[in-house]
Order: sequence, then C-alpha cells, then structure tokens
Amino acid sequence: MLQVQSVLHQYKGQVKLQFNNWQVNQGEQWLLLGNSGSGKTTLMHIISGLLKPAEGEVMINNQSIYQLKTAKLDQFRGQHIGIVFQQPHLISSLTVTENLLIAQRFAGLPQDKTRVKEVLSSLNMYDKRSSKPQQLSQGQMQRIAIARAVINKPALLVADEPTSSLDDENTKAVLDLLIQQSELNNATLIVATHDNRVKEKFTHQYVLQG
Amino acid sequence: MNIFSISYKDLKANPLNALLNLLLISFGITILTVLLLASTQIGDKLDQNSKDIDLVVGAKGSPLQLILSSIFYIDFPTGNIPLKDAQKLARNPLVKRAVPLALGDNYNGYRIAGTDTSFISLYQLSLEKGKFWQQDFEVTVGQNVATAAHLKVGSRFFGAHGLTGSSDIHKSHAYIVTGILKPQHNVTDNIVLTNVASVWKMHEQPEEHKEKAAGNGKPEPFENGEKEITSLLIQYRSPMSIILFPRMVNQSTNMQAASPAMESTRLFSLIGVGIDTLQWFAYFIMGVSAVSVFISLYNSLKERRYDLAVMRTMGASPAALFTLIILKAVILTLVGSIIGLFFGHLIMQIIGLYQESSQAKLTGMVFMKDEFYLIFTGICIGIIAAIIPAIEAYRTDISKTLSRSS
Repeated sequence: MLQVQSVLHQYKGQVKLQFNNWQVNQGEQWLLLGNSGSGKTTLMHIISGLLKPAEGEVMINNQSIYQLKTAKLDQFRGQHIGIVFQQPHLISSLTVTENLLIAQRFAGLPQDKTRVKEVLSSLNMYDKRSSKPQQLSQGQMQRIAIARAVINKPALLVADEPTSSLDDENTKAVLDLLIQQSELNNATLIVATHDNRVKEKFTHQYVLQG
Repeated sequence: MNIFSISYKDLKANPLNALLNLLLISFGITILTVLLLASTQIGDKLDQNSKDIDLVVGAKGSPLQLILSSIFYIDFPTGNIPLKDAQKLARNPLVKRAVPLALGDNYNGYRIAGTDTSFISLYQLSLEKGKFWQQDFEVTVGQNVATAAHLKVGSRFFGAHGLTGSSDIHKSHAYIVTGILKPQHNVTDNIVLTNVASVWKMHEQPEEHKEKAAGNGKPEPFENGEKEITSLLIQYRSPMSIILFPRMVNQSTNMQAASPAMESTRLFSLIGVGIDTLQWFAYFIMGVSAVSVFISLYNSLKERRYDLAVMRTMGASPAALFTLIILKAVILTLVGSIIGLFFGHLIMQIIGLYQESSQAKLTGMVFMKDEFYLIFTGICIGIIAAIIPAIEAYRTDISKTLSRSS
C-alpha cells in the first residue's frame, strides 16, 4: 500500500534525512518512533505528499505521488491521505459539520452529510455538530480533527505527534480513536511520536535514529 | 460549503474588523455617488433648460444672473428692458425666434412668467389637461406646480409680488388655470405661464404698491409708463449670428446679451472646484480603505497561516487559497460599495427634500449606468488590496508552516 524508496531530503544543501526502503501493507498500524530532530515530521510530510524529497520515491496504492502535478497531488492527498496534527487547527469560523464538509469539498468529493453523521457518531461527537471549535474542549477538538482526517475514507491515515500535548488519559483516548477509525475505514495508520507511553498499542514499530 | 462560504464566515467571525473596512469603503463610495448624481443632474438640467436657447438679452448686470433668472428661474433678474427695444431686436434678420419673458410675481414660490405662444414652441410644450392661456389672467401651469399646489383646470389663485414669498399678494386680479402641462422634465414643470399683458396689468394697479416695489429694489416689468419686459430668449437663424449678434447687442444697446452655453460652462467650472476637492477627498478615503483592507487581510493571513496550510493538507489547491483571500476582499468591497450607493442616493434624496429652489430640484431616485463603474472601482480596490496577501497564501509552504507550528 505504501512504499518509501531511498528517500533523501536536503535543506540548504545539507542532508537532513536519509531513509531507505519501507513497505507498509493495507490496514497495518505503525508507530514511528524517534527523538526530537530525528526527522519524524519530515518523513511524515514526505509520506503525506507535503514535502517533495530531493531523491527517492513515495508510492501510495501504486501511485508515485511526486510524479503528480501540484493540483493532482492536492486532490490525491485530499482523497487518499488523512492527516492529524499535534494541534487540531479546525477552521474557527465554521461549525463542526462545516469543518468536515469543507474537507470533502477540498478533496473534490461530493459533500455527504450522511457520512458526516456516521463519522461524528462513531466518535460520539454528533451532538456537537453545530458547535464552533472554540466551544469545544481540547480533547473534543482533537476528536473532530480525527473525524476530519477520516471523513474521505483515506487509504492512509497519518498522525504527527497527536498526543504530545495530552495527559495520559487523553493520550490513550486519542490513540484508541485513531486505531478504531483506521480499522473502521480499513486505513493504514502511521503515528509518529517521541512519546514512549504509546508503544504497547502498536505491533509494527519503526525507530528513526536522529 | 464552499470557498465563498468560508470567506463570508471568516468575515462574520471578525465583525469589528469587517465593519471598519465597510465603513471606510462605503464612506468613499457615498461621497462619489453624491458627486456623480449631483453633477450629472445639474449638468442635465443646465442642458435641458437651455436647449434651443442661443442667447438671452436682458438688462445690464451679471450675465450669469441673467441666465439664472431667465432660463433657470433661480436668481433675481438683472432689471427690465424696454419692450420697443426688445421688439426691435426680435425683428433683426439674424434672429429666428425671440421669446419675451416678464417676471415679477410668484405663486407659492413658483414663478409666474409672462410670455407668448413662441414659448410653447421653444420648449415644445404639450398639455395634459385643458388648454394654453389665451386671455389675460389665464394661466397654464407646469406639472409640479399643479401637483404641489393641488391646482386643477378652473382653479383660481392670487399671485404674490416678488420672486419668492407670499406676503405681498396681488388681490386685485385672480389667475385662472386653463391648462396643465404634461411633465416636461425641465424648468417648465415648475413655472406658471401667462401672457405678458397679465403681468403688466397685475402691476398697473395701486400707486402705493408701485412705490413699495420701487423701494425694495426689485425690478418691475412696467416702469415709467413705458412697457417693459424682463428678458428676451433668442434663437439664432444661422451660426453666423453667434459672432455678430451678441457683440451688436452689447455694444450698440443699453441691454446685455448672455450666452447660456458660456454661462453654464462658467457656472459649472465654479461648482467644479468644489466637486474636484470632494472627489479627491473621496479618492483619499478609498485609498485609506484599500490600505485598511490590506492590513486586515495581511494580519489575518499571519494569524491563520497554519489554518491555510491545514486546508492544503485537506486537498485545497494554492489557487483555492488565493481565491479565498481575494473573495474576502471582494465581499467586503462589494458590500461596502452597495451600502455606499444606497447612502449616496439617500443623501441626494434628503438634499432634494430640503432644497429651497423648486427649479433645480435634485433627487436620489435616479439610477445611472456610471454607478456600476463605482461598484467596479470598489471591487478593483478590494482586489488590489488583497493581491499581496493572496499571493502569500498561494505560496504557502505547507511543510515549513506545519513544522514551525508543531
């Protein structure tokens, strides 16, 4: 499902990340571990089609994503990759439902309110559908961010440090939700973190050496 | 849910910011609308009312005053001219048509003009009801006069001495309305027409009245036992008359000749100084509003750079982010322009309601094609103000922005 081949990333002429081959199958759940500065975020951005590497190739469902033109890559990302960040960063002027509908719109998919209801219900957030982000707690906002990442049934769900600012209880809850949603949508899950609390949740792990 | 909805909701989420921008834009557009409506209406009125009149001959004095009193019925006449001198001019071969005017009285602020049937053909007047005046003290009234004073065919009224006010009423003779003009959309909508003899007879009567009138300096159409009129509206027979006739009047008679075209241009250039100043002020306000829109968009861009990067991760193209920023500015400037147009028309309507002179009534109920240019200008200002923030949004480096924030 995901193949990363000999990726090299440079910044101002210096090699910042060198990554050999990595193959991930459909539906697998991976934990990408590494200390700060080890290149986890860079690798996640490369996998997500946000940062073109200087060398190497990233294939998702047999599509070499960096061979796509910008507009096509944007659409591909919207339709096939769901991304969860450390901060939820929902659009504050839109309601919860609108935040999910706009994700469908940006991906070039039809706006499906039934799907919105389905996802929000699975995250126990349907009763907050008309709330604005600022009316939600941090934990609730993170759930909506997860809902937004899975709304388009992505093949790949990536989460970059989704628990670093959360306490133990919320860390567990967010990880459970990510795993639950990836299973529910048959998506491959990759979680990048330096948080050792989450190790036991994942059978597949990759440790990046900084 | 689309880009437009996000732009609109973003603006709604910052109401004070949006309000400030709307105020500035609408203020500038309001001033420009008032100037556009006023200058166009004044220009149109000048053209409509002086159409087909090549020259006005009256007593010596200010030529502008002569034009204002004899064509626009606004100012006081410069004096009177002897009827026999006027008739001599009217018979000049360079003159195609000469229309006498005898002014001196009013009815409820509407001027009573003594003239003859050539006035009808000069202004191509047509009747809505009744017939044109024939006998002494018969009058045909303009549409606005009939409406405002509730006059019908057969109504009787007394004229008052002077060109405004109703304190000195001529009770010796009542005028009778024989006809009402169709709306002419020129000065004739606001005047009362009768024959010259009626004006003379009205002023023939009491001796004490004559003394009073002479004492207040206002011109009398009948003085020293010699018949007089206020002015003569002249149409030339040929373009050659333009050069010869005014010079002949000004040099060889005691009268003055004033060209409506020249005096209108002079009047407009006098008003033009004020219009130009206000116009520059409006441009300045529009410039300030452009800067204000730019600053608020740029600040919001700085605050929401991460949000924009997240939108890109959801599949939004750089063009979508560019459009998002441009749309915000366009919504602001479009709404601001429409509000500005509304207030421009409202202010013009209020000015029209409080205007003392019925002759040059301005209105806000006129809509012009040029107003679309004002909206277009407003939108262009929005786009110009938004272009730099929009390009910045377009160039958002997703990875760098997200890395900085995480």
